[in-house]
Amino acid sequence: MSFQIKNSGEAYDVIIVGSGAGGGMASKILSEAGLSVAVVEAGGDFDPAKEEDRTQLRPPWESPRRGAGTRIRPFGDFDAAIGGWDIDGEPYTRKNGTEFDWFRSRMVGGRTNHWGRISLRFGPNDFKRASIDGLGHDWPIGYDDLKPYYDKVDKLIGVFGTKEGIYNEPDGFFLPPPKPRLHELYMKKGADKVGIPMIPSRLSMLTRPINKDRGVCFFCSQCNRACQVHADFSAGTCLVHPAMKKGKVDLYTHSMVRKVTTDESGKATGVSFVSKVDLKEYKLKSRVVVLGASACESARIMMNSKSKSHPDGIGNSSGMVGRYLHDSTGTDRMAIVPSMMDRERYNEDGVGGLHMYTPWWGDNKKLNFARGYHIEYWGGMGQPAYGTGGSMDSMRKYITDEFGKPSPNGGYGAGLKKDIRKIYGSTMGMSGRGESVPMYDNYCEIDPNTVDKFGIPVLRFNYNWTDQEVNQAKHMHDTFEEILTEAGGILLGSKPGPETKYGLLAPGRIIHEVGTTRMGNDPSTSVLNSNCQAHDCDNLFVVDAGPFVSQADKNPTWTILALAWRTSDYIVSELNKKNI
Amino acid sequence: MNRRENLKLLFTGSVGTGLLFTGCSPEQQKLPARDLLSGGTIGGRTEEEKQRDKELLSETFFTDDERKKLSVMVDIIMPKDDESPAATELGVVDFMEFIMKDMPHYQTPMRGGLMWLDFEADEKFGKPFNELSEPEVIEIVEEVAWPDSAKPAYKGAVRWFNMLRNLTCSGYFSTPEGWKYMGYVGNTPNAWDGIPQEVMDKHGVKLEEKYIPQYLKPEDRGTIIEWDDDANIIG
Repeated sequence: MSFQIKNSGEAYDVIIVGSGAGGGMASKILSEAGLSVAVVEAGGDFDPAKEEDRTQLRPPWESPRRGAGTRIRPFGDFDAAIGGWDIDGEPYTRKNGTEFDWFRSRMVGGRTNHWGRISLRFGPNDFKRASIDGLGHDWPIGYDDLKPYYDKVDKLIGVFGTKEGIYNEPDGFFLPPPKPRLHELYMKKGADKVGIPMIPSRLSMLTRPINKDRGVCFFCSQCNRACQVHADFSAGTCLVHPAMKKGKVDLYTHSMVRKVTTDESGKATGVSFVSKVDLKEYKLKSRVVVLGASACESARIMMNSKSKSHPDGIGNSSGMVGRYLHDSTGTDRMAIVPSMMDRERYNEDGVGGLHMYTPWWGDNKKLNFARGYHIEYWGGMGQPAYGTGGSMDSMRKYITDEFGKPSPNGGYGAGLKKDIRKIYGSTMGMSGRGESVPMYDNYCEIDPNTVDKFGIPVLRFNYNWTDQEVNQAKHMHDTFEEILTEAGGILLGSKPGPETKYGLLAPGRIIHEVGTTRMGNDPSTSVLNSNCQAHDCDNLFVVDAGPFVSQADKNPTWTILALAWRTSDYIVSELNKKNI
Repeated sequence: MNRRENLKLLFTGSVGTGLLFTGCSPEQQKLPARDLLSGGTIGGRTEEEKQRDKELLSETFFTDDERKKLSVMVDIIMPKDDESPAATELGVVDFMEFIMKDMPHYQTPMRGGLMWLDFEADEKFGKPFNELSEPEVIEIVEEVAWPDSAKPAYKGAVRWFNMLRNLTCSGYFSTPEGWKYMGYVGNTPNAWDGIPQEVMDKHGVKLEEKYIPQYLKPEDRGTIIEWDDDANIIG
């Protein structure tokens, strides 16, 4: 991690807050247009190609906790996202006894350094949900507006997949997908019997090269550690660093933005930030300010940017900033497969994620919930590390000897050791990730009583799932049981019931939070116009997932990238026309 | 593009990394043999992380007496056999020492369980646990090792032993010898070209016909992709 601090005084064409998918894309497109750009990032620089930053290909014994998670790396000691659910000195609070968990990464590239790389386009229906089911609102744009940008993102960054011709799962420019793993073919058998589709997954990893700058995947299955040959998409390696090499881009790391500054007329003039290195306040000036700090963090900055002309915060004359916060739904189930016990050993790491997935197949008109979900599958002979050999007090009974006699649960000794070896690679599971209905009453706001260690007021969350999401979670579990059983699995654990909302995870847990600065044609009910420009401040734009009107049952990153590219084109054109 | 350029491409972006360090392709790369770590986690650490690991490593949780009990117990759970070493040989007690400090929620139940061993040894044999003979130790272990048939009076101790079993396994299988015993052969960088045919045959699964021409061919990994305007791959 290196420090870079510059004294203010310089004026830029554009200041971009945040260096994740949205901020990264904006930095590339705006600098390629010849604009001078400052990227202001709250964390340190990060490049997995540098030996000092590399966690990829490290065995568990290079960690005294053998790869177990920590407070700042809850997904494991070698995970490449630095931050977590609970950052020291940077709290957030919750209201009315509700739940929301907020995952943040403080580093160049943000959460793109560890994400699952599931890169799905939103389909035509995903932009017009209110017209279909009467809930929530339509986007002011449609699939046709974003299609050219999705195409460009595919070619620039790379995603593998197959052309399927499914209306609401638009195809793209795909790299060849890897062949499935054994547990995925088991699942496919189960899905076939149940009549549910299962197709090659769409992940942004380079199975073949797309240019001369990035290496190709060598199948270590560790994309969550960020790839040293840049074969997976991370915003730092694919967007920010290339932009810095080619264009006029200055990167300000360890710089925590407090607010967007404005002039008398209410125009944005730049940002004010705290340097985490010397704890001093700095100001940067620019003609345009672009927020890409993540849906909630950008909303926080806007609500904290109060001035005479923006008494409720910049961009917030509608009072909609922070409203309509929504995350994907999620719940999981697993099974053990007797015929996969004691199986042949071979390298089945593959890419760092699923090789097959299930896109939403149902017809919501015939169901008691409005929106769909996709299914992610997992299993296989993964790297033994912290946690391996666990739960034999409840799982050993599934192992039978040559006469079909089950082992007793628990135990010790050479027999236990052998049974753990038998069971290795024989469990598999699935995760549903679904669309929730955006609600006015699910929001983040500024907590009037709490500040972080920089004295910046923090967010307070209020979030409740509705029956739509709860019924969807129930449907997920019914489906999971059918597929896993038909695939030859014995279900593990018990099916969650209504007392746990059918296992529906707390909002925020899927880390797809969107909607806090949503776009719309009506300035009284939306924060941004259809070009992601603030209704009440012409030179302020948002490029993260805040502008999403609805989430779809897809992971948001590919849409963030496409939307950020489109917004950046609009900024260039407006600057050229001298409109801003 | 010629073959040399193709090969060069495979490495692009890897300058200065471990992959290029040995001067061979990812396919030929052998992971260096490494000893068990005695310090903090290697790679990509923030200053806070380095400091925390250092602090944890400088503290001591287990007493000598407790370490002795643990050593006996972990070697009963994961003993030496003709294929693999005993847990103590793989540093499992040191691993647990670190975990106790890293995940403090383990501290009270672990210490409590180790104290219970003395109680039980005294009840049964009238001496402290560390003075028991092997058959005497096994007699205690038998009371707590089988959750489904253990006497109700041992419920609490069974819970502790479950935790001890889990931690022992974590510490055991996360070592080079643990990988070897398990037969883990992943993370030897290579092109994934699917499940071996004989494995698919044995499990009665096969690739879907329509996808076979579309799957990645390892020999294409050096060639920059090209599409036509309809997103068909043409090169």
